[in-house]
Amino acid sequence: MTNLILIAIGSALVNNVVLSQFLGLCPFLGVSKKVKTASGMGMAVIFVITIASFVAALIYRFILLPLDLAYLKTIVFILVIAALVQFVEMFLKKNVVSLYQSLGVYLPLITTNCAVLGVALTNVQKSYGLAESVVNGFATAAGFAIAIIILAGLREKMEYNDIPGPFKGTPIVCITAGLMAIAFCGFSGLF
Amino acid sequence: MADTAKNTESLNNTPQMPAALERLYNGLIKENPTFVLTLGMCPTLAVTTSAMNGLGMGLTTMVVLALSNAFISLLRKVIPDKVRIPAFIVIIASFVTVMELLLEGYLPSLYDALGIYIPLIVVNCIILGRAESYASKNPVIPSFFDGVGMGLGFTFALTCIGLVRELLGSGKIFGATVMPESFEPISIFIMAPGAFFVLAALTAVQNVIKERGEKQGRDMSKIGSGCPGGCNSCNIEGCLSRGAVAEETGKTEVKKATVKPAETKQSKATENEEKGEENA
Repeated sequence: MTNLILIAIGSALVNNVVLSQFLGLCPFLGVSKKVKTASGMGMAVIFVITIASFVAALIYRFILLPLDLAYLKTIVFILVIAALVQFVEMFLKKNVVSLYQSLGVYLPLITTNCAVLGVALTNVQKSYGLAESVVNGFATAAGFAIAIIILAGLREKMEYNDIPGPFKGTPIVCITAGLMAIAFCGFSGLF
Repeated sequence: MADTAKNTESLNNTPQMPAALERLYNGLIKENPTFVLTLGMCPTLAVTTSAMNGLGMGLTTMVVLALSNAFISLLRKVIPDKVRIPAFIVIIASFVTVMELLLEGYLPSLYDALGIYIPLIVVNCIILGRAESYASKNPVIPSFFDGVGMGLGFTFALTCIGLVRELLGSGKIFGATVMPESFEPISIFIMAPGAFFVLAALTAVQNVIKERGEKQGRDMSKIGSGCPGGCNSCNIEGCLSRGAVAEETGKTEVKKATVKPAETKQSKATENEEKGEENA
């Protein structure tokens, strides 16, 4: 149990997926203008990554390893994730309309998100078991949600600031993200 | 835009070699994936803690890009249009796996340094972007050189960023100390926050160049048209749907209007003949 909590804190805060591993940077910079959309994106990422890391761990454990096909993991994972996102989208559209209305727009964005594949591969690399994989996936995605919501909050305030010409737009967002990364570096003193 | 149209016209009339050279020039300078298009920023920021890592990552990506471009171009008439994206991904992922195994076998130190970012080359948007916008519409040899050119451009950019970060962050170049002893390394530059500051500086320079170029009446729509610049301009399928979100977040309609015609013109120029036939 302590092990799982350590994994969770480690991947949500200490090794934050965007701020220290640079995965999922595109949505982080692209969909962070408003807190509302950012939190929608964050929730969708949590949803998808948790499911994807569970399914990827299942496939790795019970199909790839017994058949001695571990070297195929990259190909298998990316296809499974792409198919899974499509499937989840269709399933939600048909059965859970309310959830689809809040997450639906964001789901297609996540297919090409490197964070999803990154988590699945990290789970294999650190040889996590099934429960550990799911916890790691959930925590990583939660870390993403925390980061993108904070950034969106900052950007909403920044709208009214007087920013030097060349730094308007992406550059100032990157600087903000850099400062956030410095703050998150502080978490590495936790352990 | 007129320039690219001219170039592609001459490209169709002249024999292979100039076309190949034009592709190399295009990838290295005119459409440099990092400095001009701002594509594939995740690996760019993650591995450029030293020039050597940047170079290794760049070359690995270049090999994957060139081979997958050539292979996709070879199969472009066989792959049905509806399943082309998954097909491309499988081809790219296969080459990435090959490269991963080769690096693990022959360059274990680089393999350890790059770690998870080697398999993540699969989701690098430069590769899928080139497959979709160039290799799936053009013959094998130009596609191969397009991959090499883009890969060299990426390598060049990663090595430059790596050099700057390594020099400022540890006072070294390719592992050899060059700064005087009195130099206090600004170690934040080789840590994660430094990467964001470098990206900020890079995009700020882009903004300045873009503004100046627009004042002189030149077409600058390509600059920063990759992911961080605005998701509307990305022509990868997964990204296209981002338009919906971008509109919701209130992104400028103007951007869409300026970028889209440029894109269609460009694609029209490159696949003039094919599209004409298809439409007819």
